[in-house]
Amino acid sequence: MTSLDRLRGPGRPKRHNARTIAALTGNPGCSRRAVLDAAGVDKPKLAERIGFPGSFGQSRFALARGNSFEKMLKADGCALLLETLRSVGVSAEDVGYDDLGADEDDTLAARHDRTRRLLAGEARAALIDHPLLTLAVGGQTVFLEPDLIAFQAAGRLHVVEIKSFAIVDGQADSAKVSGAAVQAAVYVLALRQLLRSLGHDEELVSHDVVLVCPANFTLRPEAVVLDVRKQLSTLRRQLTRLASVSSLVAALPEEVSFDLALPVPALLSSLAAVAARYAPECLSACELAVYCRHEAAGTTAALGRPVREALGGITTVESVLALAAGAPPPAEDLAEAAALLRAAARLRAEALAE
Amino acid sequence: MSTLTALARAQAYADGRAAPIATVRHLHVHERPLVLIPLAMAGEAHAPLAALVGTEAAVPRLLVVAQPRNRDERFAFVSSLASVVLPYLESFTGLAEPIAVDRGRDVRYRFVDAPQVWVPNAGGVDFLRLLGRSTRFRTVDGEYPVEPGVPLLGRWLTFLANSAEVPGSSLLLNAVQALGLHWTTGQSSAEDASLAALLAWISPPAGSSVFEAARLAEQSAPAGPATDPDFDNRVLAPLMSAASVDLPRLTEVLRDVLTPTWELMWRTLELLRELPIGTRVAGRWDGDRDTYSAFVQHLADGGPPQPRRDGAVAAAARLHRLENAATRYAVQRAFDDPLVMAEYRLSGAAFAGVVTLAKADRIDDTGKRPVLRPRIMVRASEPVRVEAGAALTSPARPAQKATVISITGSDVLLELSGGMGRKLTAEPGSVPEVGERLLLTTLSEAYRPGGSFPDPDQTPWTHGGPPVFDQAE
Repeated sequence: MTSLDRLRGPGRPKRHNARTIAALTGNPGCSRRAVLDAAGVDKPKLAERIGFPGSFGQSRFALARGNSFEKMLKADGCALLLETLRSVGVSAEDVGYDDLGADEDDTLAARHDRTRRLLAGEARAALIDHPLLTLAVGGQTVFLEPDLIAFQAAGRLHVVEIKSFAIVDGQADSAKVSGAAVQAAVYVLALRQLLRSLGHDEELVSHDVVLVCPANFTLRPEAVVLDVRKQLSTLRRQLTRLASVSSLVAALPEEVSFDLALPVPALLSSLAAVAARYAPECLSACELAVYCRHEAAGTTAALGRPVREALGGITTVESVLALAAGAPPPAEDLAEAAALLRAAARLRAEALAE
Repeated sequence: MSTLTALARAQAYADGRAAPIATVRHLHVHERPLVLIPLAMAGEAHAPLAALVGTEAAVPRLLVVAQPRNRDERFAFVSSLASVVLPYLESFTGLAEPIAVDRGRDVRYRFVDAPQVWVPNAGGVDFLRLLGRSTRFRTVDGEYPVEPGVPLLGRWLTFLANSAEVPGSSLLLNAVQALGLHWTTGQSSAEDASLAALLAWISPPAGSSVFEAARLAEQSAPAGPATDPDFDNRVLAPLMSAASVDLPRLTEVLRDVLTPTWELMWRTLELLRELPIGTRVAGRWDGDRDTYSAFVQHLADGGPPQPRRDGAVAAAARLHRLENAATRYAVQRAFDDPLVMAEYRLSGAAFAGVVTLAKADRIDDTGKRPVLRPRIMVRASEPVRVEAGAALTSPARPAQKATVISITGSDVLLELSGGMGRKLTAEPGSVPEVGERLLLTTLSEAYRPGGSFPDPDQTPWTHGGPPVFDQAE
């Protein structure tokens, strides 16, 4: 039993995916998330167990539409998908189609082997469905499943992402597009790692990913090419910065465990042993955020990063207000921030008295 | 985020109640607004599910789509929405007033009032924009005919959504933004996006702490347009998967979901009405009435629906108008409201002081003819971060320009021009007197000329050249 298994307890580990990696790199300073994700702890259940459930459900309607869109694209040997891909010049006329099997936990290793074998073979135009890639995240190997990989005749590889949000007149929800771009960048990174390990040139994997979405108010697909170079460099930087999880885990005391069978006070003290870095953005990205928010009450970070910065980086609301009221700054490097806060407090009082 | 607003947030957290960040109301609140709360079907591309709409708090009208995936039912919904919204939008075309243009050489007419639509949040505005996009190109004949109200409502919704992008416009307002303009809470701006949580801070229910009220509010049904996924799975899905949809039951559950938000919307209007109105709000509402009048005229003239996307020239002109509006709005808010001006004082774009010397009858006769150029000395009560030569204005005398001649320590010597009458002696009260407290700022309300742009058929090649009309579109 590894130390990560000990942290999780007897339950089956939750798998990392591109979404969780994207979220992890969105807040790389959060050791709590890094450790819990590495150990595969069921965060929604843990949050519920300690009395801070989050709501991260997905609507059945949204799932149904996403599935039917994907099914429509892949029907008849991906006829519609190929046509859509050709419209952005990513696919050739005569292409093969390889389905590597269904999305199941038991077939992970087998599918990864088949993905390797397919990619190691000679370059031919093909679509690879359900491929499985790996990526090292914080010293852990993570399995990843892009929607599709498109193989061009010229030997270039493109990651294809199928999403069910609409592109209306060439525009889509920017938050959703940037989310999809980060996820696709995770796949590009993993695919490049795989090619390198096979002795190929990793630059064969294009930084142009293809996003396939329904156009306007119909289910007619539209493909757009996204350049994810910026997301790639951010990801690379964040992944190297991500403190090595194994050293974090090794430094934890023996009694720290997130076994859901443990009593709540034990779970809470385990959580306290791993520092979190809460920001309001976590509320939409991490299942444990409601608890971390509770824990962070009274800090300026809980009011948002811009607020904290505007307050000169001072950690707690209490000391902000004390400094604004004229208390002497505890350290010399806070003198400037304190002067600004005093001026702000004076101006506010003056304006409100008018 | 300015340090001043951030400090207000910290204060609000410590006090356990919202802190004001404005002393006056910066938007027009209509006597008879239309409140519209749209709900969308999850997963579908902007398919409406329901809407609660009305002009009176006591009379909400609920419109429901039994099967949002069915195209005919969707357009039937839009048609019934049009039958409620269009009469309201068109009810302000009764009375018009003449406005002199071109220095009195011509006259144009503008309606004395205009509509005002309220939605809960920015998502509501986006939803209306997309509903407008999906309906304004529909036709009343051809292969898939729709009711005449459908494309017309689409054009109105597009008009409203476009006007909501103009800073300071009050034709389409969203409650979250309107409240956030006047109060700040002790939670993050991400959490403020929930109307219920935001109002819990601004007007907490009696007998519970703000923190409890805000947590409770977070668990209530969202204010749309997206529904709660849990509600979708538990309540909506079983109802809609039935062979024939139980419409009364569906209507009931949707009414239960929408009613709390309906009440919050009217509470928002009440709270905003309690604030004293800013001096320059009426002027901006005049501008809104102008845009409304022009759009009514455009419709009456049989003008085409708004294009899918602006052409290069139209986009540049629109961007220019938006930039001008944003600058004007920022300056007007600061001039109307000492609390907003305080932010500029903190950043050094404004300072307060007392007049220590004044020579009101100073004449500058170095030019062709003598001109009145009084000088005053102001002792600043805070650090001055402007330089000699800068042109300053005082909100008390917006038409007067004060040029900085020199700065010695905290003494600022200023030369005044304008706003003193046409004679060589200043009108009484137009020159600040010794002892008067004065606020001076680099912000200026001066007129900003519109940009000049080429005709669309003269679009330069750098911007794609003249547009080619695609017949297939």
